[in-house]
Amino acid sequence: MRLGLVIDLDVCVGCHACAIACKEWNASGTIGPLSDYQPYGAEPSGVWFNRIRHYEMDEYPNNKTVNFPMSCMHCEDADCVTVCPTGASYKRAEDGIVLIDQTKCMGCNYCSWACPYGARELDRSSGTMKKCTLCVDRIYDEKLPVEERQPSCVLTCPAHARMFGDFDDPDSAVSRTVRERGGFPLMPELNYNPTNTYLPPRRKPVIEIEAKPKGGLKESIKQFANKLVRR
Amino acid sequence: MHPAFSVIFFTVASGAGFGLFSLLFIADTFKLGGGFSQDQLVAGGLIAMGLVVFGLLSSTFHLANPKNAWRAFSRFRTSWLSREGVFAVVFMPLALIYLASIMFDAPLWLRETSGFLTAVLAWITVFSTGMIYACLKTIRQWNTPLVPANYLAMGYASGSLLLLLGAVIAGLDATPYIAMSALIVSIAAVLKAIYYFWIRNPGLTPTINTATGLTRAKVKLLDTGHTHGTFLTQEFGFQIARQKAGLLKIVVFVVGFVLPGLMLVWVFNQQGGQAAAVIAAFAGIAGAAVERWLFFAEARHVVNLYHGAQRC
Repeated sequence: MRLGLVIDLDVCVGCHACAIACKEWNASGTIGPLSDYQPYGAEPSGVWFNRIRHYEMDEYPNNKTVNFPMSCMHCEDADCVTVCPTGASYKRAEDGIVLIDQTKCMGCNYCSWACPYGARELDRSSGTMKKCTLCVDRIYDEKLPVEERQPSCVLTCPAHARMFGDFDDPDSAVSRTVRERGGFPLMPELNYNPTNTYLPPRRKPVIEIEAKPKGGLKESIKQFANKLVRR
Repeated sequence: MHPAFSVIFFTVASGAGFGLFSLLFIADTFKLGGGFSQDQLVAGGLIAMGLVVFGLLSSTFHLANPKNAWRAFSRFRTSWLSREGVFAVVFMPLALIYLASIMFDAPLWLRETSGFLTAVLAWITVFSTGMIYACLKTIRQWNTPLVPANYLAMGYASGSLLLLLGAVIAGLDATPYIAMSALIVSIAAVLKAIYYFWIRNPGLTPTINTATGLTRAKVKLLDTGHTHGTFLTQEFGFQIARQKAGLLKIVVFVVGFVLPGLMLVWVFNQQGGQAAAVIAAFAGIAGAAVERWLFFAEARHVVNLYHGAQRC
């Protein structure tokens, strides 16, 4: 199995609900808590497994806002695991999930240097590195109804911009969607082979913009007068 | 990259210590300048080991959870950080055997074999330190064989200047030590110059387009999604002004290479004596510290692409 996420950049509305749901679940999850520093102070900061950034693609009038959620990509060739000197970081053979053993981590930050996606964040209160677990404590929980055995970010997304599934199975929903929509990995040139895949924003027709009135002051006054008369 | 003081101190001190110890072995083997006495060799070796231990201890200060530091020896097969730790620890007993065989007049083969192995291990350890940075694909300015070459050259240059200071204090003929320092310091200067030339334009790098996968048009950041800083901005957001970096490069060359070189001339002409040798050693180490700070400050991690950088 190769579990991961598909994120649809065409659909994501940038509401940050996935990040909030992630924080809420994982604060009491296997590698919680996710410490906050000055949450109500002047410089609020803290540990998050999922962050949403916002970009603008192309220029007016073809510009488009792209909301961009990012969490651990659970890479096939995860350098964060190979560089770890303590053996705290590991990638599970059975489902490809990359995890950090909190009892072994010494907080040297080296794995975060090796990660191109900014997926790993140091928790200053525990002194250990933390990252997305793909909700490993949810997806295998047999006490939950089957449809709820998914990462909380996927369950909560109001726009259905996130999908969870097995990329090794060519007939899984994620594999099919990636094939049909032309999904792509981020920064493929670094050869980390990320599992999480992004779906591109669809091309939409350019909206015609009302032409400005031609001519100078005289023309403007004429148009204004015409409008008044029409009324 | 955020330049962490403890890491700068660690790499400079341990580099100088390992360099000093290996060159001490060469000085002992070839009896350079008449050769150090037994006591002087042991004192020099202990100072070198002190620098290494001091450096290793200071490196634990940048750990957020130092109680697990002992586990860092466990991933020798994959992690350069682990390898560095293992080699540094194996270095210690070998170095002690070498120093003991000097002190207790052990047979020459034992003295030479242990000395040679210690010198090789010192070399391997400094190489591993360089490889910690050079193996990261995420930082283009580090991902080059020039990095371990620079680490070795800077460490051995500092070590050779310390050894020269020792030779001057011990009253040996300084000429072979001056020649050794001159050679190593100029090699270090040339390698550093190549590195600085190379990072001006380090070739193909990821861009904001490949980072977001939106390659069909220009992409720019609208919002990072966080109100204040994050771990990522603290660790990777550090940026140095081009002008300041240029100025510091001049400082590296003047303080780290030119000034020690001038002092070598002074020592050779027996004008400055010990003072000149002291200045040479301190300038060399100060230059190495500035060089190390700049090494971190100029490194641009690709995660900055997600925070708005167009390329790294």
